[in-house]
Amino acid sequence: MFEAIAFYLFAFLTISMFYIVVTTQQALYALTALAAGMIFISAFFFILGADFLGAVQIIVYTGAVMALYAFGMMFFDTTRDVKEKQGNKFIIVGLSTLSAVLVVLIVSAPIVSDNIVALYPVVDGIGNTQEVGVVLFTKYLIPFEVAAVMLLVAMVAGIVLAGKKMDLSLTLMNDAEIRELNEEKNKKELS
Amino acid sequence: MDSAYLIETIIKVVVILLVFSALAGIGTYFERKILAFMQRRLGPMYVGPFGVLQFGADAIKLFTKEDIIPTGVVARIFKIAPVITAATAFMAAAAIPFLPEFEIFGYTVHPIVSDINVGILYILGVMAIGLYGPLLGGMASANKYSLISAARAAAVFISYEVVSGLAILAPIMMVGSLSLIDFNEYQLSNGWLVWSQPVAFVLFWIAAFAETGRTPFHLIANDHELIDGFGTEYSGMRWGLFFIGEYANMFFISFVIPLLFLGGFGDGSVLGAFALLGKMAFFFFFFLWTRAAWPDVRPDQLMWLCWKVLMPIAVINVVITGIVMM
Repeated sequence: MFEAIAFYLFAFLTISMFYIVVTTQQALYALTALAAGMIFISAFFFILGADFLGAVQIIVYTGAVMALYAFGMMFFDTTRDVKEKQGNKFIIVGLSTLSAVLVVLIVSAPIVSDNIVALYPVVDGIGNTQEVGVVLFTKYLIPFEVAAVMLLVAMVAGIVLAGKKMDLSLTLMNDAEIRELNEEKNKKELS
Repeated sequence: MDSAYLIETIIKVVVILLVFSALAGIGTYFERKILAFMQRRLGPMYVGPFGVLQFGADAIKLFTKEDIIPTGVVARIFKIAPVITAATAFMAAAAIPFLPEFEIFGYTVHPIVSDINVGILYILGVMAIGLYGPLLGGMASANKYSLISAARAAAVFISYEVVSGLAILAPIMMVGSLSLIDFNEYQLSNGWLVWSQPVAFVLFWIAAFAETGRTPFHLIANDHELIDGFGTEYSGMRWGLFFIGEYANMFFISFVIPLLFLGGFGDGSVLGAFALLGKMAFFFFFFLWTRAAWPDVRPDQLMWLCWKVLMPIAVINVVITGIVMM
């Protein structure tokens, strides 16, 4: 009974949070609601007994991704309402049709799920952290490695793009050197 | 899931909430007194004997002050931000075993709200969400100092999460579990982790200072350059909630460090329980001690320390631990 109550509570909360994200005109409301929605999603993992994925959901989506969004938002005035351009009216029609189809699919999903067999059933006595690790390093090793390579590429690209004056560290300079640097900069700007 | 379990959990939650809210208040008294003695002052001394009732007076002041919502702020976010700080601090406490299990009237009590398998991961994750308090408070305040403070909060939290996560990885590899109870059992049979993982211990300790925003890394609300940072526009109990959140976080991290590295509550006897409380008190005292003894670092020095010093050391530590374990 507790599981059912928790499921319906968090389902309601998640949907209402994401509804706020798409309808609000206030960027901070959208940010907060999106972060809250991500946390509420982790509740489903906890209800299903997947503690590890639940904690990872909180850490990765709420702790890291959303914080980066927020960091990006520092560059404009978040206390003002965002005026969205009203684009093509047909988009609304298309999206509502699509969501209607989705609702039908979701409702009919149990028919499909009756035929699904778990390939890696839960083993008693092993925590699900270990289970995630075993599956990741056996069946899904290649996607895992591909993801690792892609992340490496992204990291190298990020360093190349951002690291123009990386060898210059104000921390390691003394005051005289910093003053010299500033004077050089001033000279360039004056000339 | 029976109703006895439910009632027990609710009682535990209420007890933890009350004890640590009160401790957060008393913590401010300790902080002011210890700082005063270290700086050859007297500290609070008028309200009650030795000023011990000062925190009560402060609480009355905070509760009865007018709750001002300035014009120009995003009111709802502005109101909810302090609650996030306090709530996440207490949510993290759900996976911390505060004492060994004990028996009372023939009923065994586990002083941990929920012993989930991923305890330490959950604690670190939820504490990291505490970032949203300063972040949203600063961004909703319509104040430039608050905004700078919010930016710093985001930078510091994201950076030092990496350090604490990598530092804790090496002990996790040795223990093979993420539950704090398992950490305690492991150290009971194999000796304290601080002897086998001294580097991880120091790194985690440093990261704890950054994640609670205490003095060497107190850039989020640095008084002399940012007024009160994200708290500038706040008044009354909303500001007080930020305070309770910060102090509760300090207490909880002071519990987590000994549980992870210094043997926790040992064999679970009364002596072990008091030893855990003693270790906790030492780490809390150390937070205050550094505040009295050290100046703040600059923001660029903080980032330099994180990414160019602490993170490489943490990675090397993980690699060496892996090689030794093979």
